[in-house]
Amino acid sequence: MIIGILLCVVALLALAMAATALVRGKLATPVVYSGCLLLSLVLATLAAVSVVAAPTTTILPIGLPWVGARFRLDALAAAFLAIINIGAAGASAFGIGYGRHETTPGRVLPFFPAFLAAMNLVVLAADAYSFLFAWELMSLTSWALVMSTQRSPGTARAGFVYLLMASLGTFALLLGFGLLSGGGGFYTFDAMRTHPLPPGLAALALFLVLIGAGSKAGLVPLHIWLPLAHPAAPSHVSALMSGVMTKVAIYAFIRITFDLLGPMVWWWSAPVLILGGCTAAMGVLHALMETDLKRVLAYSTIENVGIIFVALGLAMAFKASGLAGAAALALTAALFHAMNHMLFKGVLFYGAGTVIVATGERSLERLGGLIKRMPVSSAAVLVGSMAISALPPFNGFASEWLIFQSILVSPQLPQMGLKLLVPAIGVLLALAAALAAACFVRAFGTTYLGRPRSAAAEGAVEADRWSIGAMVVFAALCLAAGIFPTIVIDWLQPVSRLLVGGAMPAQGGGNWLSIVPVSASRSSYNGFLVFAFVVASAGIVATAVHRFASRAVRRAPAWDCGYPGAGPVAQYSATSLSQPLRRVFGSVVFASREQVEMPPPGDMRPARLQRILRDPVWDLGYAPVARSVNAAATVLNRLQFLTIRRYLGLVFLTLVLLLVALALWE
Amino acid sequence: MVGTLAAQLLQMLLVLALAPGVTGLVRKLKARLQRRIGPPVLQPYRDLRRLLGKEVVLAESTSWLFRAAPYLIFATTWVSAALVPTFQAGLLFSWTGDLIAIVALLGAARFLQALAALDAGTSFGGIGASREMMIASLAEPAMIMVVFTVALVAGSTLLSTIAEFMVNTGGLRVSLGMALIALVIVALAENARIPVDNPATHLELTMVHEAMVLEYSGRHLAMIEMAGSLRLLLYLSLIACIFAPFGLLTHAAGLLAHAGALAAYLLKMVIGCVLLATLETTIAKMRVFRVPDFLGIALMLGLLATLLLFVAGHM
Repeated sequence: MIIGILLCVVALLALAMAATALVRGKLATPVVYSGCLLLSLVLATLAAVSVVAAPTTTILPIGLPWVGARFRLDALAAAFLAIINIGAAGASAFGIGYGRHETTPGRVLPFFPAFLAAMNLVVLAADAYSFLFAWELMSLTSWALVMSTQRSPGTARAGFVYLLMASLGTFALLLGFGLLSGGGGFYTFDAMRTHPLPPGLAALALFLVLIGAGSKAGLVPLHIWLPLAHPAAPSHVSALMSGVMTKVAIYAFIRITFDLLGPMVWWWSAPVLILGGCTAAMGVLHALMETDLKRVLAYSTIENVGIIFVALGLAMAFKASGLAGAAALALTAALFHAMNHMLFKGVLFYGAGTVIVATGERSLERLGGLIKRMPVSSAAVLVGSMAISALPPFNGFASEWLIFQSILVSPQLPQMGLKLLVPAIGVLLALAAALAAACFVRAFGTTYLGRPRSAAAEGAVEADRWSIGAMVVFAALCLAAGIFPTIVIDWLQPVSRLLVGGAMPAQGGGNWLSIVPVSASRSSYNGFLVFAFVVASAGIVATAVHRFASRAVRRAPAWDCGYPGAGPVAQYSATSLSQPLRRVFGSVVFASREQVEMPPPGDMRPARLQRILRDPVWDLGYAPVARSVNAAATVLNRLQFLTIRRYLGLVFLTLVLLLVALALWE
Repeated sequence: MVGTLAAQLLQMLLVLALAPGVTGLVRKLKARLQRRIGPPVLQPYRDLRRLLGKEVVLAESTSWLFRAAPYLIFATTWVSAALVPTFQAGLLFSWTGDLIAIVALLGAARFLQALAALDAGTSFGGIGASREMMIASLAEPAMIMVVFTVALVAGSTLLSTIAEFMVNTGGLRVSLGMALIALVIVALAENARIPVDNPATHLELTMVHEAMVLEYSGRHLAMIEMAGSLRLLLYLSLIACIFAPFGLLTHAAGLLAHAGALAAYLLKMVIGCVLLATLETTIAKMRVFRVPDFLGIALMLGLLATLLLFVAGHM
């Protein structure tokens, strides 16, 4: 099995090479994307069936000479491979249609298959060297994909910030693996498993992994690159970066903390829970303040990463206290939500892509009324929006429901600190879920509903068949995973058995198709029946009303409380829709202020209302660093204009100082 | 099996039949408290019949979503109302969804309602949607905290199990008291009652829920009015079955026992209407930006109750 998967990955790399040659041809776009689609589908199938298979390892004679490149396929890797490749298949299918509108396909096509291959390799890697190599390949190819839109304003900055943060993350991971190798050169994961670190060093390694994987996943406060870089890429790449690459980062976190780090200590879960909770709340609040459609989606990715980290934190706490069943519940919830987020974020980013193709607009303030011009894609985006807002019967609700259930079993935890922390995290999660609904009412409402706010939105046409196909399939998967969640949960059982030594109760028994997290008397949820009841009662009532009451319809201008003829400008805009929330939450979190600029009487200038938001993370965390780097650079600038004598003198001085230091050290 | 299925169907039809009556009763009681005669209790039924028979006037700018939303809003509200035990717990489909699912189903109804409000592209729809989502963003977490509290006390999130626990072993607890206050605040907010919103107002700038349904007419409006009544009945039943489960049947019993349980349920609903009408008459509506503070109280009470139970180490 693993050989087949590796061959597919090699084929993806070969496709990347071929794309550089093909790029001038007319067929390049369909050939590359359909190749990626096929390979991803094969990979997803292979991965999905090998979750239950026994782990297999293969060693290739490349990489470090005395280690070789080790690749291992176990349940965790297989589950994440399936998530990655389903997302990749969707993005490739969308790309077949969307790629035709690309202005510079040559900047995208070679890197796209390489990016897919790199993400697969990260998950397969079983030694530190190949892991970091694949990780860097993933960072660099995605960076290249971001930079493919280099002519758009803001991309250069996005690419720069992304490169900096990616280097920081890799550096942290490098040091983390350095610690894990234990000074004895245990570079393979197998050796790391058999040589656990002492608790102090392990905590340090966890901290480094949180920085390394957390920065790639978009954990607050390391998230600043994400809302810049993800939206800058072409939309199908944005979907990959948001829906899939963040999952690779989550994989790295799970692999190291649950598998390689040795016995879990209870307090490790506290920083993960706190960071996860803050990430969820901050992410969605940022999304509510944003007016750029793709940035709204990128911030909502941050929110969902926070939710996943909360579930992982709970799983860590349960595992440390030996509560295997509860740990399996929380871990399954995390993995299920990771898969769900890949699905609905895929639909939403594809939707953003079709909107951009149709109108050339990304600002919510200039869209509107697209539901009439793009009926199918808007229906798919509606499903995605409801799923991401955790509304039944879609998949987002099923996984968030599992996370709430795992919060409800956490009074079993013996540590008082966690008992006080977990309810507060629960509030943050519930707040994030409610705010996400507000956020997507706003995003969907201003994009697709109402009247068009610009000529471009008025002239929009429906997207091409491939784009619509990808969106409809993913929307259908959102519904399917929501009404048959038990299939996914049972499929994930081997993963929790591998990592926490326990599993959720088998979902096949008990009431038909219900999720039962602990026992049937405690809680159950049956997505299928909820869906069936809602559809049946809506259908029956609608039929009855139309049959027996009235079916007459008259079209007339909107009543609007008797104010006729208000133009589309009088509609609520995205900024005004979030004004109450900006006032309630923004005044605390973002120090938001509104400034009214009222020209004196007789002045012809229009009056202006300006809103001012500050990002606390940037102001407190990054701005000081950037300022001090700048200041240091200004001071050191003088060194650039010295005479050759002084340079030689400096070199000599450095040498002497180093020798003195060495002498003192000895 | 047939008995429980019949009870389940009976309950679904019962809430449907009762819901407009509850709305009518509250209106009548409020009118009497304000020394008005008020419309008859059965007026909402007549309104519904009249609305159902009328033609629909659709705004030109609306899409299919605007037409589908009323039926979906009604259906989600009805399904969630059917999951709340009224006179008997442990019905056939009671395991379909727990309290969290009920909260989320109501959330789905609200989501669709807010989208439908934005669909016509009018300024009043926007004002309603934006305020409704602001209120919901605080009311929903507060409700989840109430759910946590009740679930930790009863050891289950399934309403039937909670109700059975409350009937058999329930008792006075500080955390449950806090949860009750929080739940009442949430219920007032979710049902657009005073002090959060005024169901009777048509003064444009103060309304929230009414602003969202401004463009609706005919059968669509009937569906939405019906969903609103169902939501009110749902919250009254919810409070009754958790905090006043007297007379609730927990197992299949004879016809007489059913009649007794039904009578107890109706009595509880009447008491709930009286309390709601009194509350609404005695307090004034809040400014819209005072509402977050009001809901914040509910959120904090819910959190405090949950914390107490976590520290006490339930479950």
